Amino acid sequence: MSVVSMDKSPSVAEPAVVLASKPQNPQVEALLLFLRNGTAALGLSMMAIIVVMCLIGPGLYGIDPYAIVNVPFAPPGTPGALFGTDFLGRDILAGVLIGGRPTLIVGCVAAAMTIGIGVLIGCMAGYFGGWIDRALMKFTEFFQVLPALLLAMVIVSIFEASLLTITLAIGIVGWPQAARLTRAEFLRIRDLEYVRATRTAGARDFYLIFNTILPGALPPIIVASALTTGGSILFESGLSFLGLGDPNMMSWGVMIGQNRNYLLEAWWTVSIPGIAIFLTVLAISLIGDGINDALNPRMRKR
Amino acid sequence: MSTAPLLEVTDLVVEVDNGKRILPVLDGVTFSVDAGRTLGLVGESGCGKSMTALAIMGLLPQGFRVKSGDIKLDGKSLLSMGPDALRKLRGSVMSMVFQEPMTSLNPVFTVGDQIGEALRLHEHLNAADARTRAIEMLRAVQIPAPEERVDNYPHQLSGGMRQRVMIAMALACRPRLLICDEPTTALDVTVQAQIFSLLETLQKEMGTSIILITHDLGAVAEMADDVAVLYAGKRAEAGPVATILDNPSHPYTRGLMSCTPRLRLGSAALTPGHTLAEVRGMVPPLGQFEAGCRFSPRCPMADAHCHAAPPPDVHLGASQTVLCWKVTQEQAA
Repeated sequence: MSVVSMDKSPSVAEPAVVLASKPQNPQVEALLLFLRNGTAALGLSMMAIIVVMCLIGPGLYGIDPYAIVNVPFAPPGTPGALFGTDFLGRDILAGVLIGGRPTLIVGCVAAAMTIGIGVLIGCMAGYFGGWIDRALMKFTEFFQVLPALLLAMVIVSIFEASLLTITLAIGIVGWPQAARLTRAEFLRIRDLEYVRATRTAGARDFYLIFNTILPGALPPIIVASALTTGGSILFESGLSFLGLGDPNMMSWGVMIGQNRNYLLEAWWTVSIPGIAIFLTVLAISLIGDGINDALNPRMRKR
Repeated sequence: MSTAPLLEVTDLVVEVDNGKRILPVLDGVTFSVDAGRTLGLVGESGCGKSMTALAIMGLLPQGFRVKSGDIKLDGKSLLSMGPDALRKLRGSVMSMVFQEPMTSLNPVFTVGDQIGEALRLHEHLNAADARTRAIEMLRAVQIPAPEERVDNYPHQLSGGMRQRVMIAMALACRPRLLICDEPTTALDVTVQAQIFSLLETLQKEMGTSIILITHDLGAVAEMADDVAVLYAGKRAEAGPVATILDNPSHPYTRGLMSCTPRLRLGSAALTPGHTLAEVRGMVPPLGQFEAGCRFSPRCPMADAHCHAAPPPDVHLGASQTVLCWKVTQEQAA
């Protein structure tokens, strides 16, 4: 293409902007804002420590969490068992270190499932509107009115309690919230002029949904997915506490569930995995809040 | 240049079904645009200008539909095309620039990504080639330092620059028809003049036909070769710009012209001039049109005849068409 003559210099007409704009990628900007936020950085470092401990902790500690290493109900501080032992005499610290793995995996995978199903259904409902929207939202409401814990218990009871079924159960009961959130964002963005402009550029529905509208709808979805991860960990613990956890897999919830009858005699058997859950969910919540603040344009002005 | 017009809109009737009633939006709109020429589509808000544009693009909102008439691009009827064929034309053969440069760009992508979008969709360019073409387009719309601007996000640009980016997006695939829906309404006058001269330069270079939708007759005088005045979904008057502005025959066109402010500077600004005229009343809402001439409730010349029956199209001279009983009567006399 030939270059149009530059006899009128637009840079003279609009000098203020040229000076004012410092090319700064919004993603980088959001990351900096996130890291400058004290509580978010605290959450992130807590989470990093927890993940590292779960990854390399069991190897370093070297005690088999399933082995009976001491007398049952040895209190914390007992030589050889820093956090004491449970009702079978198994080392609590070894259990907490290894138990983080299934807990975190279930939390993350279930959250990913929740967000994935929810975003897909929310996209379709919000973008197409009309009868598709009505049908999908009725379907969503159907899942919303079912008590989540009961439905998950039914699913886990029908199939055998394994990590897979628990993850599936959490994912199936959790998605309606993400669907409604995504749908609301799509309804807001769908009729904005830039979407119309992309449509007049000849874009297909698929392209408009995933390349044009979804990126703009992501900020609240990202925040929700962080909080959903925390929620899924709690949900897994709740199921395990009720005895529906995978008995072959030592997760924090399973530890609490197996020791819950001895809560009054040996508080440490339940409290120490409980504190681990608490700290993990707290860290995730802090990270979620931090992302929310970093992605919220109003916060940038401060 | 071929003699057949690039775009022919014939007796276009568009209706909206609001759930209770079916209301007419456009009623027998006819105009044509020759290759490389500019048509000004003029009227107040609610006269159907934007609906005409959306009907051409095949993007009428839900509930709206074309009842009759035809839209031909290059001799092929757009209305008989399937949605996929129409989608392939959008952005490549015909494209559109919107009114609000502040909201017409996607805030989460760089301008380079957005200019390259049409190229990736239609010409299947890879990212690197699309970027090169985007830089070329930014240079063509006279944005300084295009190699840096291509990586900017819309919020880093001023209104005028964003509208240039919009034009670059619309022209990326060298469309034959460009619809500009009030492209300068949101911009200040100096930028407005720059945008118009830019559009003219690009039009000369690419041979693109332009439909300029506006309510500003000053813009029409500056840019357009032909003009069509819409009122309440009907074409009130049409013809070459020079003829219409020189000899406006429809009372609505005359009213619009007397509403255009004239700049008085220096000592003239101190002397009292006449106050700016107005066209009294409002465009009637959809479905509440007069049985006779739709402009008659606001027309200073209207008589009983005007209120009773809708006027026919009258040809004045070689190229001017007017929809007015008064002109008909004058001609008969």
